Amino acid sequence: MLIINCPTCGPRSVEEFRFGGAAPHVPDWIVGESDRNLDYAWNLDNVSGPQVERWFHDSGCRRWSTVTRDTSTDTIVEDLD
Amino acid sequence: MNEFVETLLSLSWPQKIKKNYDVVIIGGGGHGLSAAYYLATRHGITNVAVIEKNYIGSGNSGRNTTIIRSNYGIPESVNFYKRSLELYGTLEAETGCWIMHSTKGIMWLVHTETGMRAERSRSMLNLALGVETSFISPAEAKQLCPQLDLSGGGRYPVVGGSYHAPGATARHDRVNWALAQGAMRAGVDIHQHTEVTGFDMVGDKVVGVHTNEGTIGAGRVLLATGGNVSEVAALAKLRLPVRTHPLQAFVTNSYAQGLGPIVSSTELLFYVSQTARGQLLMGAEYETQPSYSQHNTFRAMQSVAAKGAYLLPFMKNLRILRQWTGRCDVSLDFSPIMGPTGIENLAITTGWGTWGFKAIPVSGETMASYLATELVPDLIAPFALDRFARDTTMADQGSTGTR
Repeated sequence: MLIINCPTCGPRSVEEFRFGGAAPHVPDWIVGESDRNLDYAWNLDNVSGPQVERWFHDSGCRRWSTVTRDTSTDTIVEDLD
Repeated sequence: MNEFVETLLSLSWPQKIKKNYDVVIIGGGGHGLSAAYYLATRHGITNVAVIEKNYIGSGNSGRNTTIIRSNYGIPESVNFYKRSLELYGTLEAETGCWIMHSTKGIMWLVHTETGMRAERSRSMLNLALGVETSFISPAEAKQLCPQLDLSGGGRYPVVGGSYHAPGATARHDRVNWALAQGAMRAGVDIHQHTEVTGFDMVGDKVVGVHTNEGTIGAGRVLLATGGNVSEVAALAKLRLPVRTHPLQAFVTNSYAQGLGPIVSSTELLFYVSQTARGQLLMGAEYETQPSYSQHNTFRAMQSVAAKGAYLLPFMKNLRILRQWTGRCDVSLDFSPIMGPTGIENLAITTGWGTWGFKAIPVSGETMASYLATELVPDLIAPFALDRFARDTTMADQGSTGTR
């Protein structure tokens, strides 16, 4: 089970959190304002590996935290705050 | 594949990969094999290679919960899946392989007023398009499935639902094998343990694929991978509105053949069907966070067991024996992405999320038609990748069964 380290509540189970998504990232090779906007709106990196993402402690302190999670193993590799 | 399967089927594995093929299909799952099968049998294009990084059917085609249905909520999807049901119905006769297709009917139960409205509009839309889905009362649900606890364990009372009589199941591995055998007999090469490492590009045009077995030239390439499509598409600098979530399925010990229809709750996000062996095959919602992990989680097992016990109290006496996890490439509007990619010679069929198995034949038929004629069939035109840019998304989350 995925355990997320909340800055105020400590390590808690994933069920208490809401996934806030990874920061949108538009690659440099996409040029043109509308192409970049379109990519920002719809496309996802969907990486298999470490990804920086936000989690909301919904059933707890109701604060956001930022972590690096390895999506290939579904484990937290680093707490960023 | 194991020895038993090899002796069951007449498969002729090619010894060598040719330097060039008219069509190279990446991904030896249901969708890839089905496209190869229809290319060879309907369009006479047999210089086709299916390349698969593991063994055929090792991905989601062998990890789903085998449900086939067409009770969708938007007309484009209803017509599309209706065709799939027709093709599934004749697949056994056509391929000569027993895929254990069995029509059971599927019941979608709801527990709220909002759910009732959704199921009512679904059944009306389905009936208008010639798909048998009827709006049912709790009493009718009880008649169809006497084991049902209409009080939902006292927590989720059943207030109604819809019943889709053509709902069916088929053994997923057998579907893959039937299509693989049919394609091989027609002359298609299937190369297992061949992984794509890049695309051979000339300008903006795909002319082949690089693999661990060397470069293969291709007239056209179909990207039919499931489970890590974003990573493969990125090799061709193709960006997709797809997120990959793990979805788990569980199987209990055997129970006397008695569960008639497939029972599903669209609000609890739970579904259960009985296999030919008598085991109950069930699933629930996928993990909220995207990941490529195929681990089993206690959370999912607890969730599926609780929902099963609420709706079908006899399940409290059963034990979970087996579990598997698939990776769902969920498109952002919960509809498939099919057809051209904007990159010349590269076609795609992806975004199959939790609804890929039921679409295997129709996806193959329409993609084969597109690859052979370069004309996008009407059935899949609404599901083109550029719908996101055109702002004409096919949003139908409520019909995915689970999410």
